[in-house]
Amino acid sequence: MSRVQTVDVTAGRVAELVGRLAEADLAETLDPLPGLKARLRVAAGNWGQIADIAARQGLRWSAVWGDHRPPQILIRSLLFGCDGHLLLETAVDQALPELTSQVGAYIAADRPERALQDMFGVRFIDHPDRRRWLRHQGWAEGDYPLRVDFPVAGRRSGATPPDCNYPFPAVAGEGVYEIPVGPVHAGIIEPGHFRFQAVGETILRMEEHLGYVHKGIEKIAVGRDLSGLARLACRVSGDSAVAHGWAACQAAERALQVEVPPRAQALRAILAERERIANHLGDIGAICNDVGFAFAQVQMTRLREQVQRQNQVLFGHRLLFDRVVPGGAAVDLNAGQIVAMAEELRRLQTDVEELLPLLLEYPSLQDRLRGNGILPPDQAWRIGVTGYIGRASNLQDDLRRDAPYAPYDRLRVEVPAYLEGDVAKRVRVRGEEVLIAIGLIEQLLADLPDGALRVDCPAPRGEVEGIGLVEGWRGETVAYVRLSAEGRVLRYFPRDPSWLSWPALEVLLADVIVPDFPVNNKSVNGSYSGHDL
Amino acid sequence: MFRIFDRIRRTGKLTEPLPDADAEAEAVELEEACQREIARKFGHSLAIRMVDAGSCNGCELEMHAVNNSFYDIERFGIHFVASPRHADLLLVTGVVSKHMEEALKRTYAATPSPKLVVAMGDCAGCGGEFGKSYASCGPVSAVLPVDAVIPGCPPAPLQLLRGLLDLLQRV
Repeated sequence: MSRVQTVDVTAGRVAELVGRLAEADLAETLDPLPGLKARLRVAAGNWGQIADIAARQGLRWSAVWGDHRPPQILIRSLLFGCDGHLLLETAVDQALPELTSQVGAYIAADRPERALQDMFGVRFIDHPDRRRWLRHQGWAEGDYPLRVDFPVAGRRSGATPPDCNYPFPAVAGEGVYEIPVGPVHAGIIEPGHFRFQAVGETILRMEEHLGYVHKGIEKIAVGRDLSGLARLACRVSGDSAVAHGWAACQAAERALQVEVPPRAQALRAILAERERIANHLGDIGAICNDVGFAFAQVQMTRLREQVQRQNQVLFGHRLLFDRVVPGGAAVDLNAGQIVAMAEELRRLQTDVEELLPLLLEYPSLQDRLRGNGILPPDQAWRIGVTGYIGRASNLQDDLRRDAPYAPYDRLRVEVPAYLEGDVAKRVRVRGEEVLIAIGLIEQLLADLPDGALRVDCPAPRGEVEGIGLVEGWRGETVAYVRLSAEGRVLRYFPRDPSWLSWPALEVLLADVIVPDFPVNNKSVNGSYSGHDL
Repeated sequence: MFRIFDRIRRTGKLTEPLPDADAEAEAVELEEACQREIARKFGHSLAIRMVDAGSCNGCELEMHAVNNSFYDIERFGIHFVASPRHADLLLVTGVVSKHMEEALKRTYAATPSPKLVVAMGDCAGCGGEFGKSYASCGPVSAVLPVDAVIPGCPPAPLQLLRGLLDLLQRV
């Protein structure tokens, strides 16, 4: 399906880096957590330097998060190599939490590190951007909500003032003007602020200011039992309920060494692929609609609605909330339902195979999509963007194929990739992913294992931790979970792929005209909720 | 172009009457009553401005769905508008995050009176999974007067449609 000659995939190997760092005495090897290739302890002063070495080695940056364990704050950073994930960890003193930044090596670390500063008070001494990120006016400077001594109810009463003075850099010059957009947007969409600096119609630069839908997800997760955690995870980003629910459950199950029954694994994958199909269909229609091509919108929302209705009939929820549960799946398929789904998918495939070429070959539509909002492959690689945005810019990483978890370890996952990196290719990748997902579900249905749907998750005897890594429809979805001896959540950190795709949107908008912002934004479709937490 | 026309012809009309297994006649009556009410009270057209005050985006997906061909909310004269200044009704989703509190209040202030506020979904209605915290004011009623709550996580398109039509009969 893909006609790419040379595809970018993460080629760096974790094993080589670990060897090199151990040789140079820069890191101490720890037992890897289940699902990871390796884990290294690093001195806080070497945090940035290690990232430089990893970047030169060709590893992709994935996430960073904190965990307050008085008197220390543990900082962890996740990297991806073609042989698996590497977890780096370091600890800083809560009284003087300072370390070097990884932004010099990985620009993707920029906002996550600023979020760590807002939430934990960790200072990255050589970070190029001192501005706050998630904190608006909801809590005071100097208060850090994710420290254990910060009360979940907060310390401020009364109304929260607006955040009017976020310091956007000024752009000066003849004819340069600014357009502030949001947080309340014109469409049916989540809130966020976009600051455009433009000359005439052309966008010179656009900067996002997010954090408006910060709901304290990480904080309110603390103290929940596993079912409560799974429910919350499904609502990190409602369009990715399966991806986040699966990642959180996988993290907890790995921590507890629970073996999920094969039937439940297959059902989870069916749910995840249906989520992928529904979102891709809806977005393809919406992208076309943003350039005035209503035919595609009508047809694609028709198909999306049919998928959602079938979700309701077979699984009891149109968006598949709460169907992935700790230890397994809360759904099953009997023989009749398997036949019904197979028939539904055949009809869907016929429809998509008819409609997709119509869109991809329709000249007046493609005139608006081709060459629009280009994210060059080298930039995509630098940002480390995953999912369809990466694939349209030749970065092909897909955990289902490259770090497979059950049941994908027994399936062949095809991954499309293109060099152009424009809106047209993001649409094409998503269309092709729909057809690939249909094929994956057909394989799963044809060979659905027998057995239990769910196993019990016993309380651990001591503190345990685990990491979940799932390829959601937006891309690599990460969850970190630490549980107490009683099985209660001590720390939950979800990393939505949107943390990486929002910066990509800023880059690909350079030289795009202002009226083309909506179609570009939709072609990226970052989650506000998944990012703001 | 001909392929597109052909596809449109073959797709045909998908819009469904409001289903009601018990009494279809009653559903038809409700539809007609609502159209009468909207005609009488809102000059034939009810304009909705949606505000996500801190949702997970699930409610937004179902709000999009009421605009698809199956539900076609516009047949009732109900449509979504870009500005609160054009709106009769604010459809608010999510808990009200502290960071959205002022924006929601200003959106309300910008909506001309008389105006209605509908809290869509469990978060907007009662706090749902997120509740009240350092980052959240809780349900919409903690910040604005609410005229109706449409429960669900998220409410399915028919529930949303029903909730709106029920409210219109009451006001």
